[in-house]
Amino acid sequence: MKKVFKRASLTLLIGALASSVANAEALRLLTWGGYAPDEVVAQFEKETGIDVEVTKSNNEDMISKLRATGGSGFDLAQPSQDRVTSAQADFNIYKPIDLSKIDADKFIPSMLEATRKNTQLDGKVYGVPHVWGTSGLIVNRKSAPAVADYTDLCAAGLNGDVSYRLKRPTLIGFAFAMGEDPFSAYNDKNKYQAILNKVEEKLISCKGAVKTYWSGGDDLLNLIRSGEVKAAMAWDSGGWKLNSEIPDVTFVAPKSGALGWIDTFALPRKTKAEDAAYKWINFVMRPEIAAKITESAGNFTASKGSDEYVNATLKKQFQESFSAQAVDNIKWYPPVPPGLEEMEGKVLDRVKAARL
Amino acid sequence: MKPQHFKFGLALLLTPILLWLTLLIALPHVDMAMISLRERVSAGTYAFSWSNYTAFFTEPLYWRTFMRTAVMSIMATALTLLIAFPISFYIAKVARGRLRPLLFLLCLVPFWVSELVRTYGWMILLRETGVLSSLLQWLGWVDGPVEMLYQDATIMVGLVYTSMLFMVVPLVSTLDSLDDSLIEAAYDLGASHWRVMRDVVIPHAAPGIVSGCIVVFMLTLGNYLTPTLLGGKDSLWFTEQIYTQFITRFNWEQGSAFGILLLILSSLIVWIGLRLSRQSFTKVMS
Repeated sequence: MKKVFKRASLTLLIGALASSVANAEALRLLTWGGYAPDEVVAQFEKETGIDVEVTKSNNEDMISKLRATGGSGFDLAQPSQDRVTSAQADFNIYKPIDLSKIDADKFIPSMLEATRKNTQLDGKVYGVPHVWGTSGLIVNRKSAPAVADYTDLCAAGLNGDVSYRLKRPTLIGFAFAMGEDPFSAYNDKNKYQAILNKVEEKLISCKGAVKTYWSGGDDLLNLIRSGEVKAAMAWDSGGWKLNSEIPDVTFVAPKSGALGWIDTFALPRKTKAEDAAYKWINFVMRPEIAAKITESAGNFTASKGSDEYVNATLKKQFQESFSAQAVDNIKWYPPVPPGLEEMEGKVLDRVKAARL
Repeated sequence: MKPQHFKFGLALLLTPILLWLTLLIALPHVDMAMISLRERVSAGTYAFSWSNYTAFFTEPLYWRTFMRTAVMSIMATALTLLIAFPISFYIAKVARGRLRPLLFLLCLVPFWVSELVRTYGWMILLRETGVLSSLLQWLGWVDGPVEMLYQDATIMVGLVYTSMLFMVVPLVSTLDSLDDSLIEAAYDLGASHWRVMRDVVIPHAAPGIVSGCIVVFMLTLGNYLTPTLLGGKDSLWFTEQIYTQFITRFNWEQGSAFGILLLILSSLIVWIGLRLSRQSFTKVMS
């Protein structure tokens, strides 16, 4: 308890310090690893004279950080699009985006439109798309050739050989692989609970196959590199990164569909450098800059025409993992209605606590 | 004038610690207690409720996690005591000259690196492709790689290792104050080794044993890193539960309630321990 508290107060303290130190010409960016590579930051600083302070984070951490400060401490955040509206409704941590300040012609129109729709709350838009990618399977084709869908992760013969996260994507993935459609049950809590119960039972019976539940991307990559884990549920970019090192390992789009996410740009409610934030958004959406982010993050962006600048290896890896059919089969996360995450949380806790 | 001076000086000296206690310990706890007593009705509105506390007792998962954490912490404390007592006895009573500070230093050295680094060290040693597994295979004692991580026993090893110093220090200082002539007298009167230990050494060292146990128990119960990293898929530790509620579930209310419950229940366990060992808190901590 003390530790958690220390963490929380430390975050507050650092936030307070950062906000007092930061002057008008600094952009405090709360983002994912790889989304703001040094090269891009340096170029932006040279062009605009604005300093960029990058804080690496993840969805839950972003919401927690902004919630603790009421939306201050950062000038631009990058939550996934399905997590924007519920966090906004519950904690009021974001500020609507002024779409007129965004260069819409730099975006792939269909993605801009989809994100606009998905991050809308009370008629206001809270997000524009940036990086997109999928979760699916990273498989060592030599030692676990049979793994083709999420549920194959607990097939007989895999004993302590697989890994996945105890987070919501795992629940959703398993639900799809078990023939359910969790997204269509989002607004029917009873139905959703029934699906969750099925998945819970499955995940508990699968515990024997699991080596450990991973929590950090680098942990997982190490587990696969060393050969200790033969198949895992993870992000596509991790699979391609490993594929460049170990040809046997690659990302596989699961039979029941990879899970698609889009990370957005959202303005924290008490952002102090709004202009700088818009400048950053318009800067990174330039095709040649977006391509650099694709290289560093391993995922493609919503920038129109940036594909041409991306190196051939990544494009080849993408095509190898995703046939045209698999692309159509990607299940895009719709916005999460409030209340669901609590239900999911209990399931995840019970899976973690269960013993065979 | 003099008492006034004295009071002013005392107040001045106490200010930092009082500020520390109120601002960083008492106030956050009061705030946490208040947060724990509310419930989110809908977005942005909260109402007073005991539900976060009742959830702890009605949802078997939370209750069992706490029991598991408490039982494993008690076991870790007992193990630490068992291992640390002979070491402390040797340092305080048997070792002479420069050997003493040297041995003490050896106990201290692992604490010069952070807990995180030590825990990762254990992971490198114990993982399936790790040092120990490779060594066993090289010796031909096992056929294939052995996984030694991600088990309760591993958590226990990590916990005992992490708390060793906090048991050794109070034990050495109490054993040090035991007059050697008392031990000699006991032997002269014909007592066996066991008798001397039971009737002379242990009663004298009791305050040190109890204070060491309290410190180790509290540290273990509140540990987050070691159980999470070494425990893997089956490690559900109560502090982890609190962290999850705060950070990944955004449920500060439930997390605060767990925090307060951990404080109350662990204090209760310590109190019971003091009762059973017939020690008083003031004596143990002096």
